[in-house]
Amino acid sequence: TLRLICTTTAVQKNNAGASGPEKYTEAFIKKQIEEFNLGKRHLANMMGEDPETFTQEDIDRAIAYLFPSGLFDKQARPMMKHPTEIFPEQRKIQWGEDGRPFHFLFYTGKQSYYSLMHETYEKLLNVQKHQDQLIAQDLPLQKEKRNLAGSRWLTKIELEEMLLEKLSDDDYSRFIQLLQKLVALPCADIEEKYIQKFSREVPVQLQKVVIEPLQYDERGVAFSTGEGKRKTARATAVVYDSGTGKITVNGIDILHYFPVLQDREQLLFPFQFLGRIGKHDMVCTVSGGGRSSQAGAIRLASAKALRSFVTEKEVEFMRQAGLLTVDPRVKERKKPGQEGPRRKFTWKKR
Amino acid sequence: DDKLLTEPLGHPDFFSVKELFTLKDLFDARVHLGHKKGCRHRFMEPYIFGCRLDQDIIDLDQTMQHLQLALNFTAHVAYRGGIILFVSRKRQFCHLVESTARACGEYAHTRYWQGGLLTNAHIQFGPGVRLPDLLIFLSSLSNVFEPHVAIRDAAKMNIPTVGVVDTNCNPCLISYPIPGNDDSPAAVELYCKLFRMAIIRAKDKRRQSEAIEELR
Repeated sequence: TLRLICTTTAVQKNNAGASGPEKYTEAFIKKQIEEFNLGKRHLANMMGEDPETFTQEDIDRAIAYLFPSGLFDKQARPMMKHPTEIFPEQRKIQWGEDGRPFHFLFYTGKQSYYSLMHETYEKLLNVQKHQDQLIAQDLPLQKEKRNLAGSRWLTKIELEEMLLEKLSDDDYSRFIQLLQKLVALPCADIEEKYIQKFSREVPVQLQKVVIEPLQYDERGVAFSTGEGKRKTARATAVVYDSGTGKITVNGIDILHYFPVLQDREQLLFPFQFLGRIGKHDMVCTVSGGGRSSQAGAIRLASAKALRSFVTEKEVEFMRQAGLLTVDPRVKERKKPGQEGPRRKFTWKKR
Repeated sequence: DDKLLTEPLGHPDFFSVKELFTLKDLFDARVHLGHKKGCRHRFMEPYIFGCRLDQDIIDLDQTMQHLQLALNFTAHVAYRGGIILFVSRKRQFCHLVESTARACGEYAHTRYWQGGLLTNAHIQFGPGVRLPDLLIFLSSLSNVFEPHVAIRDAAKMNIPTVGVVDTNCNPCLISYPIPGNDDSPAAVELYCKLFRMAIIRAKDKRRQSEAIEELR
């Protein structure tokens, strides 16, 4: 008699994780592209728009309208993009029908990296040969200095993306050393194009803060505006050049708006620092925050506005006094398992 | 097709490999120079002609025979469309060996040899890889002066090997050893030239024979 041995498919499957990440065949990606194009036309018809001129932004808007989602993570929401953006670029099969690999360095494992090293070394040898020829003809070697300050080499991640292969730190540093050796030779200008493939421009980082010039209102009085913030309070201040030292906050005089002396002192500090207490008029608007943070926000706004009235040296003094820096302190969040941001629950021995 | 494959096997030197080099060429390329007496490997003693001022001199007559056998074998492998892998761990000749391999249309590996390249190929490269049918060593030692791992791996995977063995190398597991100098640039350039010419000749002959067969 035969005994049926019933097993589930889960038991029969071999180790599924050992095959590595999914490999997409060319036919699969082609089918996905066709489906995407068809779907785009259907979507355009559904939204009542022209299928020919339906751009990616229209698709995003249509999907957000048809499938509203309150999920926090933008990448978890439904999306419809071209398959080349969704499926990562992968290596196709490296050998032909008869089994012979296409690339001559296939058996090393890291074919693109080693072929890159081979090419770079060949350029180096070329440059050395050219140098030898010039020396043999007694011609002077070119000495134009490359501008090294504005460029940087490719990072390891950028190189990995270029080669579609994983690199180790050692490999990357060897490649950079080889490039530096190539660049150090006097006649390296011949291979300028090749070297430019691996260098990127570094944007100039220093940006001087532009001090706005004074503006003039209908009466001919010079004024200037400034914005400031502190915790959750946001303030804008307009400082006039006329005189009397009157300060108005949200249409209310400061004596009524800030009953506490400390807040009024904060407001007057920039003027006191520059010695211009009775010389300027100020009108400000403030919202959000509490008593003290509103005062701090107006202080910052007025200091920023005063920069236009004052010499560069005094601006530097203000900066060093801390009048122009935004206070980064905000309320720290409460953590789970604790009563507050820092306070822990009462510890009981038993 | 059968006739194409069996016909070359009848001749002792179908590709006339003997004409590619003479004893004088080997001498001019300094192939006979070995390492010092202290570096000598025990199994290389049959191939050594003598010792002059502590330096070993390799017997060029034996080298001629071995080189002729090896070139004949590579030509036959290339004729039958086999994959040839040039291996060398000498940093000086890495570029030269890779350029030679590219010129022949064959493959090269002159970099760090990862452990499972031949023995674990199906997992490293993917299912359905074809392994090399011949390994040619332009220098059979690795950078640490020990026998190259590929010799042992090729023996494990039943892949024939051809290798240039110097006086400090172990010729045991290599199927077609060529006793000769592996350190001078002149010698290595000569070997590259000979292998390249043999492989190209064999491939040309194969194409000619196939063209003749098609015409019939």
